[in-house]
This record gives sequence, C-alpha cells and structure tokens, in this order.
Amino acid sequence: MSQNQNLMKLSKVSKVFLRGTVDEVTALDNVRLDVGAEDFITVIGSNGAGKTTLLNVIAGVYPPEKGGKITINDQDVTRLSEHKRARYVSRVYQNPHIGTAAKMTVEENLSLAMLHGQSRGLRIATNKKYRELFRSVLAPLRLGLEDRLSALVGTLSGGQRQALALVMATISKPSLLLLDEHVATLDPKTNRIVLELSEMIVQKEKITTIMVTHNMKHALRYGNRLTMMHKGKIIVDIHQEKKSALSVNDLVVAFEHASGERFSDDSIMLRNANS
Amino acid sequence: MDYVINLLSVSLYEGLAYGFVTLGVYITFRVLAFPDLTVDGSFPLGGAVAATLIVSGVNPWLATLVAFIAGICAGLATSLLNTKLRINALLAGILMMVSLYSINLAIMGRSNVSVLREATVFKQTAQLFGIEPTTTLSIIFMVVLTIVILGILNWFLRTEIGLALRATGDNGQMVRGLGVSTDMTTIMGVSLSNGLVALAGGLIAQKQGFSDVGMGIGMIVMGLASVIIGERLFRPRGITTILFAVIGGSLVYRLFLGIALRLGLPPSNLKLITALLVIIALAIPYIQKKVRGEWMPPAARM
Repeated sequence: MSQNQNLMKLSKVSKVFLRGTVDEVTALDNVRLDVGAEDFITVIGSNGAGKTTLLNVIAGVYPPEKGGKITINDQDVTRLSEHKRARYVSRVYQNPHIGTAAKMTVEENLSLAMLHGQSRGLRIATNKKYRELFRSVLAPLRLGLEDRLSALVGTLSGGQRQALALVMATISKPSLLLLDEHVATLDPKTNRIVLELSEMIVQKEKITTIMVTHNMKHALRYGNRLTMMHKGKIIVDIHQEKKSALSVNDLVVAFEHASGERFSDDSIMLRNANS
Repeated sequence: MDYVINLLSVSLYEGLAYGFVTLGVYITFRVLAFPDLTVDGSFPLGGAVAATLIVSGVNPWLATLVAFIAGICAGLATSLLNTKLRINALLAGILMMVSLYSINLAIMGRSNVSVLREATVFKQTAQLFGIEPTTTLSIIFMVVLTIVILGILNWFLRTEIGLALRATGDNGQMVRGLGVSTDMTTIMGVSLSNGLVALAGGLIAQKQGFSDVGMGIGMIVMGLASVIIGERLFRPRGITTILFAVIGGSLVYRLFLGIALRLGLPPSNLKLITALLVIIALAIPYIQKKVRGEWMPPAARM
C-alpha cells in the first residue's frame, strides 16, 4: 500500500490486438494499477509482456477495451485522445528521434515543450526570458547544450537528443512522466548520464513516474516501486521497503513464483550480463 | 539593353506573382510534409473566382480577397478528406484537383473569362497614383504585397501555433505528445497554402487579362522547382532566410524560363523543361555523392 494519495488509477484495463483473427494477441489482460502521487514505478518484463502497450494506453495512443477505466486526479480520461491527455501525461520514447524535432533548433523544440498540454495562441513562441530558462535547465546536464540553443536538433548526438527529449518532457512539470525504455539505445556511459538525469529531475520536480526497462539492475536501483509484467498482467508489485532489499536473483525467483514458469528470457538475461 | 531590362522586369514580376504559389507549395511539401496536389486546381480557382466576380461588377480588391478565401476553402476540403476521412494525402489532393476542374468551369460558365476591359487591382492602383498601368507599376505592386505576406508568414511561423505547425511535418508523433492536434495543424497549413496559391491565380488572371480553366496545369511542378532552386542556391537556415530563399527560387526559375523563351524555345515545351529542371535539381546531389562514393539512403516514397 502506498501511503500517498493516488494520482492515477487503472481498473480492468485490457487491450486485444487483431481481435477475431488467428493472430489475436491479448497485450493487456485486466490490469489494475493504482499509482501514488509520489511513486516512481519501474516496470520490467520480457518482450511482448505488454509494457509498451500499457504506456500507450496510459498516454492515450489507443483506448483500452470496453469496461476498462483510467482516471488521473479523479478525472476519467479513458476516452481522451492522445493530444488531449497530454495535459497530464508526458513521455520519453526509446528512440530519441521521436521525442525531438530534427529540423528545428534546440530553442524551438524547448519552446514547443513549454506549452505542453496547453492551448497555443498567436504569441511569439520564444523570448529572452524563455532563453534564459532554457540555458538554466540545460546547463546542469553538462552536455554543452546551453550554448547550442540555435543548433538544429538533427545535428546533436543520440545521447544529447535523448537528454533534450527528457528536458522537454519535464520542463512543463507534467503530473505523470512515462519513460519508455528511454536509455535502451544509448551507449553505457550516456545511458548512465541520462538515467541519473531522469532521477534527478523526477526527485527535484516531484513528478510521478513510470519507467519501463529491460534492465533488472536499473529496475532495482531506480524508483520506489517495482512491477513485473508477464503476458499482459502485472504479476509482481513490490513497494519501497521490500524493494531496497531485492537482488536480481530475488526477482527471478519472484517471477517464477508469480508466473508459474521457468525464467528463461534470453533478452533479459543478456542485457543484465552486459551492464 | 532594353532586351535585358525587359527580360529582367518580366521575370521579376512573374517571379513575385508565382512566388505565392511557391510559398504555398513550400508550406505543404516542406513544412507539413503533406504532398498536396490541390494546387493545380486551386490556382485556376483563384483566377476563375476573381475574373468572374470582376466581370459581374464586383470591386477587384474584394474579388481578389474572395479568390484567396476560395483557395482556403479548397485547401480545407483537401485537408478534411485527409484528416477526418483518413484518405491518403496524395489521393485527397488529386480528388480535389479533379473536382476543382469541374467547379472552375461551373464558376466561369465557359473555359475562359476575359477581364481585359474590366477594372483590375493593377489598373485601380495606377489610377490611384494617376499613372499608366505599366509593368514597373505591377512590379512595385507585387514587391509591396510580397513584403506584406512574407512579414505575416515570418511572424506566424514563429508564433506558438506556427511552431506547432512546423513541427507537424518534422515529427507528428512528438507534436501530438505535446498536446497539439496534428489534424488541426494540417488543416490550417493546407488551407493557408491553397489560399496563397489561389491569391496568385487571381492576381495573374488580372494581369494577363483573362482566366483560363487550364492555367493551373503544372503549377505543383513549377512550385516544387522554385522551392528546390531556392533551397539549393541560397542554402537557407532559419525560417526568415527560408522564406526569402523560396521567393528567390521563384525569381531565378522565372529568369531561366525567360531566357529559354528568348533563345527561341517554343512555349509548348515549357512544362517539359520545368520537369527536367526538377529532375536535374533532385538528381544532382545523389549523383555527386555517388561519384564521391558516399553512402545514400534507399529511395524514399515522399
């Protein structure tokens, strides 16, 4: 039980793809999840477990099956389209190219993000005050982005772009931040920089966060709550006190216990061996 | 010497007038990444609306404004087909282009309408200053109008909405994630684009003295040629320089055509020359890289 108030509630959330065909897939199976306002939840699971589908349903990319319900701050958002739900939800994708616009400058990208989920009018999008704010949020990243406000984003490296995407997702202080394997494509060093930045921003701004990862060590090290998905269900949900004492081995045992299957996911094992 | 001045002044006037078509094509193809073929229909639509209204006694300024609005409506129809009925952008444009052929004939009642003896915005401007409606006057007229429109576009594309519009073609998924409906930005952009194209159609019909149902054939290719020439020649960076480069591209393109015609090229070959120009401009960077042995991505469909 989380002591803090619930920010988001998912109840009876299911998602079936290609219903009625031989390829029918139940990506989410009756998921129930209460997310506390100060939760930083890590989500692990093998490929096809439903992690990304879960984030897509939360972000409103597609609605859940009939009967499912999603509330954020006690408001029913189940049928709100993606751009309307952006008022509450912000997301960083696995691919840095999705979170940033390549043919626009760093400054223009950040200006776009400043109005995350808000209505836009005919005011000039960037001004001096914004520029100073941008420099002050980019400087702590130590990537030199604060001096490259007028550079086209397409000229930045993958790590720089992902750090920018993270800043863009958090600069307007959203209620809920979704991190979708957002360091999976980065090299080990940049990987750690971006992860630590994520933790720093989340703690400083007190943003409720759900982070999907393939990496068990990351899932253990970051956040206050760990969930494991398998075949569209959340099969493990471990809170703060227990989580800090967990090891990768405990997770494997917990998985086998909860799913009733032998743990044999090569992709998870390999990723842990590499990091 | 007169020969050169004449060539330059005609190219200047035409380059500026067709510059609005180029701006329209730039907004759809480059800013929105929406390959809009409505242009071939919305250009004569502007001409048809302006000429028909003028002949029936409407003030030419008002007629030109209505032509602009008619173009916006055409773009609105195309973008609604795409965003609300989910018809492929290319097909939506073709459907509108074909529909507009019949619509333009219906507006004019025949295949062309003459405004040679009617009041036009050029003649009225000349009257206002008490001078003859010469090419010089129409150049000044177009320069002023171009500066006004470039100023408005330069401002608009820097506003909060304008920035979202520019990001739509670059990364639609990000734009939706930031809470902007890409349907809305697409509708706005395609409508604005066709409004500019129809405005050009209305102005050119008044200058040449008639509107013709076939005057839009090849407008997209012409617009694309101008955009590409502007981009390649001026290598713009930043939205202000891009807007100027687009107009510059239109001017250079008209100069090319002017020279080709003076050298004795039959006017019937112009479309072919334009298409060849686009092919060459698009192929050169690829051939250059190929020669240098550099890598090129596989062929794109857009």
